Amino acid sequence: MLNRIYKAHKQMDAACEKLGRQINIMEVCGTHTVAIFRNGLRPTLPAGLKMLSGPGCPVCVTDQGFIDITLELAQRKDCIVATYGDMVRVPGKTGSLETMHAPNVKIVLSSSDALALARDNPEKTVVFIAVGFETTAPATAVAVREADIEGIENFCILGGHKLVVPAMEALVGAKNHKIDAFLCPGHVSVIIGSNAFAPIVEHFSRPCVVAGFEPMQVIEGIAGICRQLADGAARIESIYQAVVTPGGNKTAQKIIEEYFEPADGLWRGLGSIGKSTLQLKAEYSRFDALKRFEIEEVPGEELSGCRCGEVLCGLIDTPECALFEKECTPDNPVGPCMVSSEGACAAWYKYGRKRKRNL
Amino acid sequence: MNDALKNKILLAHGGGGRLTNNLITSRILPKFGNEILAELQDSASIELDSASVCFTTDSYTVKPLFFNGGDIGKLAVCGTINDLAVAGAKPVALSLSLIIEEGFGLDVLDKILASAAKAASEAGVCIVTGDTKVVETGAADGIFINTSGLGTKLPGTNLSFAQIEPGDKIIINGTIGDHGMTIMSQREGIKFESLLKSDCASVAPLTCKILENPDGFKFMRDPTRGGLSATLNEITAATGHSMKLIENNIPVNPSVQAAADMLGFDLLNIANEGKVVIVTAPDTADKVLDLCKTHPLGTDAAIIGQIVASEDMPIVEVITKVGGSRIVQMPYGREFPRIC
Repeated sequence: MLNRIYKAHKQMDAACEKLGRQINIMEVCGTHTVAIFRNGLRPTLPAGLKMLSGPGCPVCVTDQGFIDITLELAQRKDCIVATYGDMVRVPGKTGSLETMHAPNVKIVLSSSDALALARDNPEKTVVFIAVGFETTAPATAVAVREADIEGIENFCILGGHKLVVPAMEALVGAKNHKIDAFLCPGHVSVIIGSNAFAPIVEHFSRPCVVAGFEPMQVIEGIAGICRQLADGAARIESIYQAVVTPGGNKTAQKIIEEYFEPADGLWRGLGSIGKSTLQLKAEYSRFDALKRFEIEEVPGEELSGCRCGEVLCGLIDTPECALFEKECTPDNPVGPCMVSSEGACAAWYKYGRKRKRNL
Repeated sequence: MNDALKNKILLAHGGGGRLTNNLITSRILPKFGNEILAELQDSASIELDSASVCFTTDSYTVKPLFFNGGDIGKLAVCGTINDLAVAGAKPVALSLSLIIEEGFGLDVLDKILASAAKAASEAGVCIVTGDTKVVETGAADGIFINTSGLGTKLPGTNLSFAQIEPGDKIIINGTIGDHGMTIMSQREGIKFESLLKSDCASVAPLTCKILENPDGFKFMRDPTRGGLSATLNEITAATGHSMKLIENNIPVNPSVQAAADMLGFDLLNIANEGKVVIVTAPDTADKVLDLCKTHPLGTDAAIIGQIVASEDMPIVEVITKVGGSRIVQMPYGREFPRIC
């Protein structure tokens, strides 16, 4: 392993030297962010190579307005809000699902657990908070299919599923970005396939390398990007070939297409991005919580002083946010990036900082 | 009595009357039979062979009640014994208090009590007093158990934070995270549960063996809730010293690692129930490690790091497998699986 690490570092050094400027690589996925911090990789990288944390943490990119809707639903006596655990601590206008102590908020591990809640509680409407990228969307589609077939009418979803590639396009399409290349998410790529990143290399000439989450995968993924940058190339590469194919998982893609269609949607930090979220198709709209409860999704107000949006776009590092470690800590999170186990601010706090006496 | 209720705990089982008496004499006493308990006095009278005693208490609310490698009964006995053991004591006697939800199956209760009795007997500890309460349906989740424990201080032991100094070695007696990951995967119905087994065990036989010669031996703690992270941060906070761990040296069961990776958990934060963290002087570390490795409770023991002087604030730092470094924080207290 040491030989491989040594070789990878030499390729990183060579690229830094050849380009003669700082290289900025964005790891899109929150699991990569955590892997990089947990394995202590940042301090081992060349001084001229910087990793930027991207918008790949599902909780973090969820718009404030969506969070406020979850809180509104949790106050309804006729509802059970079924949510992934990571969502319960995200602060909204009136606290968080955790601080509300609402007995009708249930933490689930999957959409099928939420559907089981609906079967067990026929007198209540179970609203599944359906967040996540293309990884969790197929499971949500399966739950909607089961509810449709079995006639489970007391089940619906608050749809917050997002698509990775449109967000990457928005990032490199922005004027002020500094992203040279992307370390692409392993899990999402299993579903969408590595070819899905074609627009990024073709339209924006940014290398895309798909890697898994083991530290060697991350290191060699970064080295692969550096090789491309040194050669002036921009290709799709996958070093996670054991599980990622160019075309992805067709079955999963098919079920997403059957139940959802791309729609414009709101992202924290990135605003509205065209065709970047998944919305239930018209024939399944009775499973859409917004329609069922006649709620309108409006952009939420960003929390005062919180710079999660800039962190998600790779514009600043977490420690540049004035709230970090002071008002905003894992015990008292202000923004979602401090809440989620995959959030960049939580990773900085947990693994990255050296505590100073004056803090 | 209605047949459906015949094999269930009723509120009257906790009412202090005939049913309570039946429960104690027909189900509890036979399992824990010892002279002191059998007297059914309001307090147990115990003769101790040392004037210096350790006393501790803990409550157990684990869900599921039965898990691969143990159950709430075994856990309630081993957990309290371990709190005595890591204080440098020889566990002598335990109390056992049950808070049972109305409607709880008597057969399930029997299994839990039998398991507690077996764990106590294996550790050579008597359960000398106890209590039973029954609460209405919904007021408890099946059964809660409280145990308190009394132990006598082993001669010559003087374990305290104050003794810890830079250069001291940190030892753990085996793989980390087994208990917590077993519970979590069983609770969530994740299918790799069969590969995982809780490490639930009494560590007293190992600690008593090591403390036969306490020279150079400075501190012990059982890394239960909050895992190794919490225990190590407690040590740095109390001593003001820092710690450097070598990730490669920390023993981990590959199935446990796979489960943690899948759910996005850091194994350092995950609970253990048969582990002890030992801090010892550098020149006795190898001897303690050998003692551990030759004992059934320590075959996977390893020196995982050492105490170092703090540069600024005390921190726990890990040198990772790929040569990076990161800090280890006191965990928040509630871990959630990641979303994708």
